This record gives sequence, C-alpha cells and structure tokens, in this order.
Amino acid sequence: METDWRRHAKNRLMTGLIAGAFVLAMIPLVSLVYEVTKRGIPGLSLEFFTADARGVVGEGGGAAHAIVGTLVITAVASLISVPIGIMGAIYLNEYGTGRLRRALTFFVDVMTGIPSIVAGLFAYALFELFLGPGIRLGVMGSVALSVLMTPIVIRSAEEVLKIVPNHLREAAYALGTPKWKTIVKVVLPTAFAGLLTGVMIAIARIVGETAPLLVTTGVVDSINSDPFNGRMQNLAVYAYNEYRSPGVFKQAAYDKAWAAALTLIAIVMLLNILARLVYRRCKTEIR
Amino acid sequence: MFKPSEDVVAEPKGQRAVGRGAKTIETRGVDLFYGDFHAVQDVTMTIAPNRVTALIGSSGCGKTTFLRSLNRMHELTPGARVTGEVTLDGEDVYAKGVDPVAVRRLVGMVFQQPNPFPTMSIHDNVAAGLNLNGGRIPKSRKDEVVERSLRGAHLWEEVKDRLDKPGSSLSGGQQQRLCIARAIAVEPEVLLMDEPCSALDPLATLAIEDLIAELKSRYTIVIVTHNMQQAARASDVTAFFNLDATGRPGRLVEVGATNEIFTNPSQQETEDYVSGRFG
Repeated sequence: METDWRRHAKNRLMTGLIAGAFVLAMIPLVSLVYEVTKRGIPGLSLEFFTADARGVVGEGGGAAHAIVGTLVITAVASLISVPIGIMGAIYLNEYGTGRLRRALTFFVDVMTGIPSIVAGLFAYALFELFLGPGIRLGVMGSVALSVLMTPIVIRSAEEVLKIVPNHLREAAYALGTPKWKTIVKVVLPTAFAGLLTGVMIAIARIVGETAPLLVTTGVVDSINSDPFNGRMQNLAVYAYNEYRSPGVFKQAAYDKAWAAALTLIAIVMLLNILARLVYRRCKTEIR
Repeated sequence: MFKPSEDVVAEPKGQRAVGRGAKTIETRGVDLFYGDFHAVQDVTMTIAPNRVTALIGSSGCGKTTFLRSLNRMHELTPGARVTGEVTLDGEDVYAKGVDPVAVRRLVGMVFQQPNPFPTMSIHDNVAAGLNLNGGRIPKSRKDEVVERSLRGAHLWEEVKDRLDKPGSSLSGGQQQRLCIARAIAVEPEVLLMDEPCSALDPLATLAIEDLIAELKSRYTIVIVTHNMQQAARASDVTAFFNLDATGRPGRLVEVGATNEIFTNPSQQETEDYVSGRFG
C-alpha cells in the first residue's frame, strides 16, 4: 500500500498549528503567574496575613482587613447569587416554555454583559434610596457583585442541567415520581459536580472585581467583618490603592499591592482545589 | 383508583401482599400526535392481564409511541397529544382530574437503554421508587423490598454482596435487570417494556426473557420488540403495527395469539412481515 504523503503532511501541519495555538494561549497565563509570584513573594509575611493597615505609614502593616473583606463580600454575594442562579436555571431548563423563557434567556444574556461599574452604581443607588447619600457597606458590594454573578451562575447551571440525560428523568417519572422530586433527587445530584464548577467559575469571576467595590464598600484600614455595618476593604481595592498612592515608601507599598494580587490568585486556586475535593467525594457523572 | 389518598400512596408499598393483581388495559380509538405529525392512528385493542403482549412492526410505525401513551409518558414530549380512550380495568387513564403521576405508579416502565440512576448505589436504585415517592419507610422494610425485588429480577445472587456499589458498575444485562427490579419494587399492576433487550447480548437477553415469563403471573406485561424470535418466544399475544408510507401514521394491523400471528395471520401484510419478506 502506498503512503499518502499529502495526508500525512496535512496532519502534521494541523497538529503543529493546534499545538502552536495552545502554546500561544499559555504564554500570557504562565508569564502572568510567574510575574505575580515573583513580585508578590517579597511582600508576603506573617504580618501581611494577620495585621491590618491602621495607622501604618510605609513599611509594616498587613492586608488582613482586605482578606477578611474579600472573603465576607464574596461569601455574601454567593449566598445571594447561587440560590437565585440555580433556581433560575432550573426554571429555564425544566419548566420554562415559550415567550417568558425566551425573554428570560435574553435578559440573562444582556446581564452577563453589564459593565461592572454599572452594577456598582446600581447597588449604590439602591442603598442610597433608603440609607441616604454617601452610604458605604460591605453588603452593598455583595449586592453589586451578585448582579454580575447571578447571570453567570444561571448560564453555567443551565448548560449543566441540559446535559443531564433525559432518560434519567423518564426513569424517575416511570416510577411515579412527581416532577419536583425528580429534579431534587435525580437531576440535581447527577448535575452536582457541574453546578459546583459553574459556581466556582462565577466566584473566580467576581472575587477580583475592583470598580463596583470602590463605589459601594469604600476604603478602610481596619478589619471589619460585619457586612451590615461600616466600610469594608477588599484585596482588589487594597492593591489598587497601594499602587495608586504609595506615599513616600514606594517600594513597600508596591510590594504589598503585588502580595495582595498573589493572595487573590491563591484564594481562587484554593477554592478550586476545594471544589475538586468535594466532587471527588460524591458519586456524580457530569463535570 | 388514581386518587392518591387511596392505597397507592397511603400504604407503605412493602406491606401489601405481593402484587395487587394484574389489570386489563383497553384502548379505544387512540390517536397520537407530535405537534402536527400524526404518529399513530386509531388503535383499539385489549391487553389481557397475566399475559405478555408483544408489539411488533417496522421502525417508525409507532409501537413505542403507543406504549408510552399507556402510562402517559407520551405527553412528556413537548407538543405531544393523545386523543381516544385508554382504560385500566375500566377506569379512564386520561380522564379529567387523573394525575399522570398516579397512573405511572400503577403502570411501570423499563426502557431500551438500561438507565440506573448514576448517583445511587444498587440498593438505592431499587429503593428509588420508595424513596422518591415519599413517606417514611423503615429501613428494614426497605431492605426487604430491595431483596424481594432483586430476587424477582433474578439479580440478588449476583449483587447481594455489593449492594452499596454504584448501579453503573454492573454489566449491561445486569443493569437492565436492576431497572426491572426498580420497576417492580413499587409493585405496579402493569409493566411496559420498550425493547428491553435491544442493547443486550444473547445470554443477557435470555435471562430477561425467562424473567418476563415469570413476571407475567403477577403483572400485565406489554413489550415492544424488533426481534421477531423474541416476540415468538416470549409473548402470548402479538400485535402487529405497520405504516403505509413514511410520514403516514402507524396503525394496528392485527392482534391475536402469538402462534396464530406467526403461523396463520389473517392479514397479508402481517404474513409478509413475520415471514421476513420486508421490515
């Protein structure tokens, strides 16, 4: 049999192109992680994780207040968005029909495109109505972030619910199971890992938001873990401020900004690892 | 009968004496549609209790669609409609106020592809009907039902030591028997089977056919099959469906005792089909 050199050459060429595209895509990612790690490490210290920045000028002080703020704001935003998002996705995929479904899908798509500063201004305007101008609260930041997060959760959850095989639903119906129970006991457990992945992606998307938090949670130097009372710092805004107004001790401020960026990446990575551990534990099919 | 307040729900299913007795299904002038597409035309037939009734016919003639209309699974397809009457021991399955969920508790179904729940163990798959249909049932009772159903599906000896393993760890034939065990665990009166052996090898098929022969003492069984040998081997009554051309609705050509249909059918097209001249 004769070897088809043309086919071989084409195969080589395409494989090369695909590998090249992959390398090209990896370059910015790797260099980003490398750069952030390299510049972030000098700023890391025990103090960075345990102390706040109250009364600190120049060296010393930490970002504990920003870490606490990021965790609290993100957690509250998730508490708002995840139930709404998953229930919305259940509606769209399991119940919705016709015009309402199409309209909702459209608006969810529009919402995914909202610039984050608009979400921030929306949350500010909402709270200003009730609490007066100049108000700054952690929960306002959470509301702003949940505006950004909800459509992402809906979209990813909907995709995951779509790939739950229909024959599983039918198997449950054939046993005389009501629809809501089929969803709760069969569809959601089967889709669990996928739903969790979607939530993680949504969290990763919002955890580093800066603009909406600048206008809603304000800037503060001390630890505040109560989202309903007073201003709240977070890592992204912290990094931004350290870089924008480093004061006299420039290098110390820059180090802290990079360390905050590194911490932010580490938080996202830890959450991802945690999610993987959780869904390795449960028997589930769809990731 | 379809009111949930009666024995269907109130009584823990395991407590009942085995089976509530098979039921007769009658259909009168059943027409089935998918949107504008007329899938099945004017089917009138009686399906006797404690018999295996096979539905045969070429692909696309509406056997499966007709089968799914018997426990109101047909209407789950968006746009699907039913006209005509389906009765279960004289009670109209499609009457106003009848809950399809209640119908499906009496008319169980086994599908073409074995479909155990992937998130559940073997034990929980069999107990799924009990767990999903509510009511707190003591664990000992559940275990009893699981063992009885698995024995009933000829699977107990093979899985009794690994009930906590996932259902998907079984072979295809075992999975299908698991699905049969799951269906009979809720003690339906009718068991619908949609080509239950088409994804299985001959040995697994034989196991299922033996099982069907045994189950008919307790249930009314309707089985869709493409395999004419299977219809001849496993059924008592055979109904032949055909369609005149693609795009035309399928219709019931004739129904009769299986050996009659296979040796001496009254219609020429049945003769042609069972003798393998087409299809």
